[in-house]
Amino acid sequence: MTAAAAGPLSPPAAPAPAEPGKAQRRAAARRRRVPYLLLLAGVAWLLVFFVAPLVYQASTSVQTGTLEDGFKVTWHFATYWDALTEYWPHFVRSLVYSGIATVLCLVIGYPLAYTIAFRAGRWRNLVLILVIAPFFTSFLIRTLAWETILADQGPVVSFLNDLHVLDVTSWLGITEGDRVLATPLAVVCGLTYNFLPFMILPLYTSLERVDGRLHEAAGDLYATPFTVFRKVTFPLSMPGVVAGTLLTFIPASGDYINAELLGSTNQQMIGNVIESQFLRVLDYPTAAALSFILMAVILAVVTLYIRRAGTEELV
Amino acid sequence: MRLIRRLRANLVVIAGVLALVYLIVPNLVVLAFSFNQPKGRFNYTWNHFSTDAWQHPCGVAGMCGSLTLSLKIAVYATVAATVLGTMTAFALARYRFRGRGATNMLIFLPMAMPEVVMGASLGTLFLNMRIQFGFWTILIAHIMFCLSFVVTAVKARVMSMDPRLEQAAQDLYATPAQTFLRVTLPLAAPGIAAGALLSFALSFDDYIITSFNAGNSVTFPMFVWGSAQRGTPVQVNVIGTAMFVIAVLLVLAGQLAGGRRKARG
Repeated sequence: MTAAAAGPLSPPAAPAPAEPGKAQRRAAARRRRVPYLLLLAGVAWLLVFFVAPLVYQASTSVQTGTLEDGFKVTWHFATYWDALTEYWPHFVRSLVYSGIATVLCLVIGYPLAYTIAFRAGRWRNLVLILVIAPFFTSFLIRTLAWETILADQGPVVSFLNDLHVLDVTSWLGITEGDRVLATPLAVVCGLTYNFLPFMILPLYTSLERVDGRLHEAAGDLYATPFTVFRKVTFPLSMPGVVAGTLLTFIPASGDYINAELLGSTNQQMIGNVIESQFLRVLDYPTAAALSFILMAVILAVVTLYIRRAGTEELV
Repeated sequence: MRLIRRLRANLVVIAGVLALVYLIVPNLVVLAFSFNQPKGRFNYTWNHFSTDAWQHPCGVAGMCGSLTLSLKIAVYATVAATVLGTMTAFALARYRFRGRGATNMLIFLPMAMPEVVMGASLGTLFLNMRIQFGFWTILIAHIMFCLSFVVTAVKARVMSMDPRLEQAAQDLYATPAQTFLRVTLPLAAPGIAAGALLSFALSFDDYIITSFNAGNSVTFPMFVWGSAQRGTPVQVNVIGTAMFVIAVLLVLAGQLAGGRRKARG
């Protein structure tokens, strides 16, 4: 693999002779084939096991039939309508929960990313490891640990009860009575926790590239620390903010682990519905239609968001 | 007064440390409860200290089998995804060709797709092609979703490499194979290692996509999920803690080795 020498990305060393010889032409043709040969296996894998299933899923969503007689394509678009009318609360809940979790991740993750990038000094690598390390403990086990932490008789809940915090949150409608488990608060807390590293790492990557001297320069020009952040640091970290929010929002909106383990039936998200339609109800057309609606909604939200973020960056 | 000023100056650091605590506390809880001897079936409240679970990590029916299956799948998926992904990344980073934009898009899409959608659609396909669910379907699914992450990691690294180093090697009469093995590959190694590590972690930890493609096979996350309904055994915490410690040690060792290499010049 003479990637470097053959790479047409590097400028040609000398202009090609006007009349290339046969051998040279053959070498050029071979060189043109190299990228396709390299791509072949990986792209084929994705086409067969990622794109084809999605296409197949599209056809499944307009099929009707029963498990015994088999499903046939009947262009039954009503499945989409029925799925939406029956499960729209789950869609709304998914978007609201994952939206709140994304904002919380940004608010919680930004100071940590900032600290690692500018203030950690020789602790930087250790803190980075501690951020990445949870990736390597099964996230199911860690989510179950939240069940322990938020348990009804646990120290956290009794502490919050003593401070009457739970009265306030119950009044707000995010908890019920004197417990945290099986409430929206627990699910959002779990989602925030699970996807926090996905926010911190891109934030850190883009903050790390920010030149610390820019802060000094802004300070020399009598900017308050808050102004420095608003006018210099935050705009420069925008790529990380966009990447981080997408990496958090997309998986969070399809997640059903947190809703299942930390919530009750009243906190079920759209992922729970797709899972049960597919694995328990065995209603494949509905599961397919729901997946497609979820995909479309996410695509719409993400496109809108990238547009907004893009213009904000320009201002 | 001075205390307040110092607090204000370090507000960011304090918030950062609190965020770190939020990230780490569940791991500490997992560690602590791996030494618990629960009263009933549920390991949620502290009863009393015991090292039973650590002495008999495989004392639960089915758990170590699922762990072996998960490790096996993670290793195979990592090797396959790393090889395929590295090849794809080199093509994307080093060549201009027709279809490059479309390929980039194809690589990006799986990372921007909720797992539940990918899992359900692949499962539907297998189901309708009457492919037996099990080891191979899980492996296929894992290679599929790990691939994009390897490509992204390796591509970033290859694009930041100085092509003149390889040209220099060729000027010094290195054969293409020598150039690749002794210059290109070592330079790209950190990216490849990062991709492989990420693949392993993603594959080992995956529950959602696996649950749609596993049939009757039980991976470790599926075992944990199943046991969560009837009370997780303490041994699950032992495995969780062991994984955490091993991961931290591995990364630390990698850092030390990297640091020493850098110091040596």
